[in-house]
Amino acid sequence: MVNFDFAFLIEVLVGGLLAGVMYSLVAIGFVLIYKTSGVLNFAQGAMVLFAALTFVSLLERGVPFWLSLIITLAVMVILGIAVERVVLRPLVNQPPITLFMATLGLSYIIEGAAQLLWGTQVHGLELGIDDTPFEIAGVLISKFDLVAAAIAAGMVILLTAFFRYTRIGLAFRAVADDQFAALAVGLRLPQIWAAVWTAAGMVALVAGLMWGARLGVQFSLSLVVLKALPVLVLGGFDSILGAIVGGLLIGASEKLAEVYIGPMFGGGIEGWFAYVVALVFLLIRPAGLFGQKLVERA
Amino acid sequence: MSTIATKIWTTPRLRAWLAALALLIVAYGLVPYFGTTYLLEAILTPFLALSLAAVGLNLLTGYAGQLSLGTAAFMATGAFAAYNFNLRIHGLPLTVSLLLAGACAAAIGILFGLPSLRLRGFYLAVSTLAAQFFVQWVLTKFGWFSNNNPSGVIDAPPLSLFGFSFEGPLGRYLFTLTVVVILTAVAQRIVSTQTGHDFIAIRDNELAARVIGIPVLRTKLLAFGLSSFIVGVAGVLWAFAYLRTVEPAGFNLDRSFQIVFIIIIGGLASIRGAFFGAALIVVFPVILSCLGSWLFGGLFDSGILDMSQRIILGLLIIIFLIVEPNGLVALWDRLSQSLSSITASKRNHP
Repeated sequence: MVNFDFAFLIEVLVGGLLAGVMYSLVAIGFVLIYKTSGVLNFAQGAMVLFAALTFVSLLERGVPFWLSLIITLAVMVILGIAVERVVLRPLVNQPPITLFMATLGLSYIIEGAAQLLWGTQVHGLELGIDDTPFEIAGVLISKFDLVAAAIAAGMVILLTAFFRYTRIGLAFRAVADDQFAALAVGLRLPQIWAAVWTAAGMVALVAGLMWGARLGVQFSLSLVVLKALPVLVLGGFDSILGAIVGGLLIGASEKLAEVYIGPMFGGGIEGWFAYVVALVFLLIRPAGLFGQKLVERA
Repeated sequence: MSTIATKIWTTPRLRAWLAALALLIVAYGLVPYFGTTYLLEAILTPFLALSLAAVGLNLLTGYAGQLSLGTAAFMATGAFAAYNFNLRIHGLPLTVSLLLAGACAAAIGILFGLPSLRLRGFYLAVSTLAAQFFVQWVLTKFGWFSNNNPSGVIDAPPLSLFGFSFEGPLGRYLFTLTVVVILTAVAQRIVSTQTGHDFIAIRDNELAARVIGIPVLRTKLLAFGLSSFIVGVAGVLWAFAYLRTVEPAGFNLDRSFQIVFIIIIGGLASIRGAFFGAALIVVFPVILSCLGSWLFGGLFDSGILDMSQRIILGLLIIIFLIVEPNGLVALWDRLSQSLSSITASKRNHP
């Protein structure tokens, strides 16, 4: 370690943290749904793909940017309501594993439908953010990553404000706290679930746009779900803050491992390293980072 | 006299035995004579291998209540272990390498089951994904496992047992059938012993299980071990008897989900359910593609058919969960019950 490149370490770290923000973007969609309905929504990745693919396809057909955004949002709202009506409502009171399986089926349907509608080719997505890295104190930082981080921060602030200051946000929190009590005071669960799925759809759109601009809009976009899962295990399925911090931790450790440990094994470790980080962390601290501390992880 | 005969006939235990016997007679006696090569090779062999994997997963998920999403990893472990034992130890009988492969899968299963001591539910399910990605990575990354074959795809060795060689579609079918029958009998035995009851107790109420003196940690790891053993052997069958090649890509996440689908559709905590579910999952795509080509001919390309198949599979899963959350087994039991009550009422009022 004579000529250890410290600036390079910082650069890798910052790059990892910013990549982690991208994971958090996806993870937040999970948290919203898990918090209010106890469903681990495996279809979140498919929703990311669907939103991004719809948006890009509209753009390519000459629809202006803002109109495409609004139409895609409307589509995600309809999707959220449809999911509540067709899938969730008939499955009320089923065990969580059944609901999880239902979202797996749902992800097949959404992925299939998205590609049947819009085709399977890769679409480029240009959001007008240039991806040229610039230098701060000798450390190269991607501008795109910074914008992504800013958007994620904005979304978290918006969601927090929404949960804290609006009536429907209050209703969300009530349902998350105790479904029976929420029902007893007259909250309508079906409406709230539809609203939550809609919100998750909007988060999926934001995540889809950022990831799509990064990777191109294609089928592999729905696999970001696999990147978000260790983040959730680490941060807790029911904590938005956990999703952010978990994302940062996973992103940073993954990048560091890729650069410093990866070459020892010949690379390619990013597929599983995040899971190992999450597992090791949980073995030391089973309650996770955030989330309910009283109850064991159940 | 006739009443006694009816009574014996109606005891569920005897009926189950007779049904199993009838199935065995059909599987060993009739199928080899009337089954076409296509039926044996493309339907029955994968059906049996997947059923066995589902039986294994059902021990863990259905009975012991630990959801695992890494089944394909344990199948891959079994397949690659058997291949390497066969390759590296000369003249090793197939039975031994099957057992050793199962043991390897069990060891890996116990290793990745360790988080179950602290995690529950979805947290555990997600952590079993670690097994899925890690095992697949190891098998593709290190050439030693595939004997440094550049393509990573290796041919399966010929199947022979006690000097008797299982060649051709029929031989491979019979080999698969025999292994599946033996391991299914073992699994059926396990769930009816104290161990099986311990599994169920842990699934239903872990705290209560601990209170009545069940060693929870050991039982959970035992569930992971037994389940992975069976799944590992199923992986050997899948690779050696059905695909006849061994490659990590065949054991991806989709395969893991497929096995989970099988036990959900068939019925959780039911050995029979694994077979029902596997039958549906194997036969369904065949019917669908036949139907597709018959209805639309060459109208659409295979990509569209592929997508439609995906959509229909997803729909089917959701519909199944809504209509029959207890699986095909519950449907079957209700049907046979109503049938027998119809015949009984006919007998009483001729």
